[in-house]
Amino acid sequence: MLSVLGAYSWVNIKFLLSGAAVTVFVSIVSIILSYIFGIIFGIIRYVQIKYLSAIVGFVIDIIRNLPLILIIFFTYFGLPRLGFKPTPLWATIVAMTVFESMMIAEIVRAGINSIPVGQMEGARANGLSYWQALRYIILPQAIKNMIPAIVSQFISLVKDTSLATIIVLPDLMNHAQIIYGQNTNYTIPMFLALAVMYFIVCYSLSLLSQYLDHRLGTSKEDKPEEVAQTTESN
Amino acid sequence: MIQIFHSYGNLLLTGFIQTLWCSIIALFFALIIGSGFAILEVTPIKFLRVIAKAYIELFRNIPLLVITMFFYVVIPMYIAKISGFAAGTIGLTLYSSAFIAETVRSGIQSVDPGQMEGSRANGLSFWQAMRYIVLPQAFRYVIPPLGNQFINLVKNSSVLAFVAGFDLMYQGNVIASDSLMSMSSYLCVGLLYLIITLPLSYYMRYLEKKLA
Repeated sequence: MLSVLGAYSWVNIKFLLSGAAVTVFVSIVSIILSYIFGIIFGIIRYVQIKYLSAIVGFVIDIIRNLPLILIIFFTYFGLPRLGFKPTPLWATIVAMTVFESMMIAEIVRAGINSIPVGQMEGARANGLSYWQALRYIILPQAIKNMIPAIVSQFISLVKDTSLATIIVLPDLMNHAQIIYGQNTNYTIPMFLALAVMYFIVCYSLSLLSQYLDHRLGTSKEDKPEEVAQTTESN
Repeated sequence: MIQIFHSYGNLLLTGFIQTLWCSIIALFFALIIGSGFAILEVTPIKFLRVIAKAYIELFRNIPLLVITMFFYVVIPMYIAKISGFAAGTIGLTLYSSAFIAETVRSGIQSVDPGQMEGSRANGLSFWQAMRYIVLPQAFRYVIPPLGNQFINLVKNSSVLAFVAGFDLMYQGNVIASDSLMSMSSYLCVGLLYLIITLPLSYYMRYLEKKLA
């Protein structure tokens, strides 16, 4: 019992929280970046620009089908080749952004595809240009459909930041491992703390996704199944 | 890269087989456990629904690495010695089963409720109606998403590298540190992962189009 109390001493809690801060920082930066890049790549893939769309589509397929750990290694060992020497923090952010923006690009493509063709045809017939129709008619509806899927993708992003311990990112997982590495009695309390902390973050995001799903009324429509299939990842 | 394949082909092959093996075992058990919890989630008994919901939310919201490390670190300490491969496979099974449960549940719910009501009205019990009427229809809907789950499972099996599971990723690390050619060894590993996941992913996209 004493060992359990010792595990949650102020020093350890502070150490864990500093790890959690890194996890949250990495998650937030990667979420913002991958949201932006994901939408850009998703649109490029959808609009069928000659060659470019095919290449982007191929790259998306390749990266989506590789394990994230491998991509973390690629960035960590590959970026120095290109002349950057990233800290584990930035290597992780780059890796997460690359991987997750490809996942989101796929969600965006499915979301845009789920909008009936008539919307585009109608907009074009009313005199909007292709890009105007995309920007003002198609995207607003598509993004509404995609939001629950995108939020679940962000949940897996938060969980996946734990994989970066392999390149010694000082995140929550890494700090917990350091603590129970010093005193094996602390192992179970540390795993409990890890589970609780990740669970709180991810579950609140998942509640947010359910709320948005409910609020936007996407769950009962017939089309979003297509989006839902790409959601449940990792 | 060719040099890597030439001098470390055996290691890569054993890793590849280990990854496949682990994925298949995990898929098999995750399908059973996942479908079980999916059915529990739609039973009329509230208590069972709560249990299923708790299980699914628990394993969906905790990182796979934490689950796997738990089995690798805690279980051998207090209960029984298990290998890294076993710990990784158990963690992967539990984690994937939660996602499969959600997928199967959405499949069950996409079957018209009239099917269940009709079969109940015709005198089938809840379990009989589930077994003979609802599930066969549900599985047709969920085959493409389940395929995507399997792709995720194969990718997630790389977590075995953390727990000395001797899978593809682990062997990749070994080769990278042995040959000092990290980029090309990871490229080889990536290529081998793509051999499993890419065809599956294209096939699932084809199925999605066909069933839609």
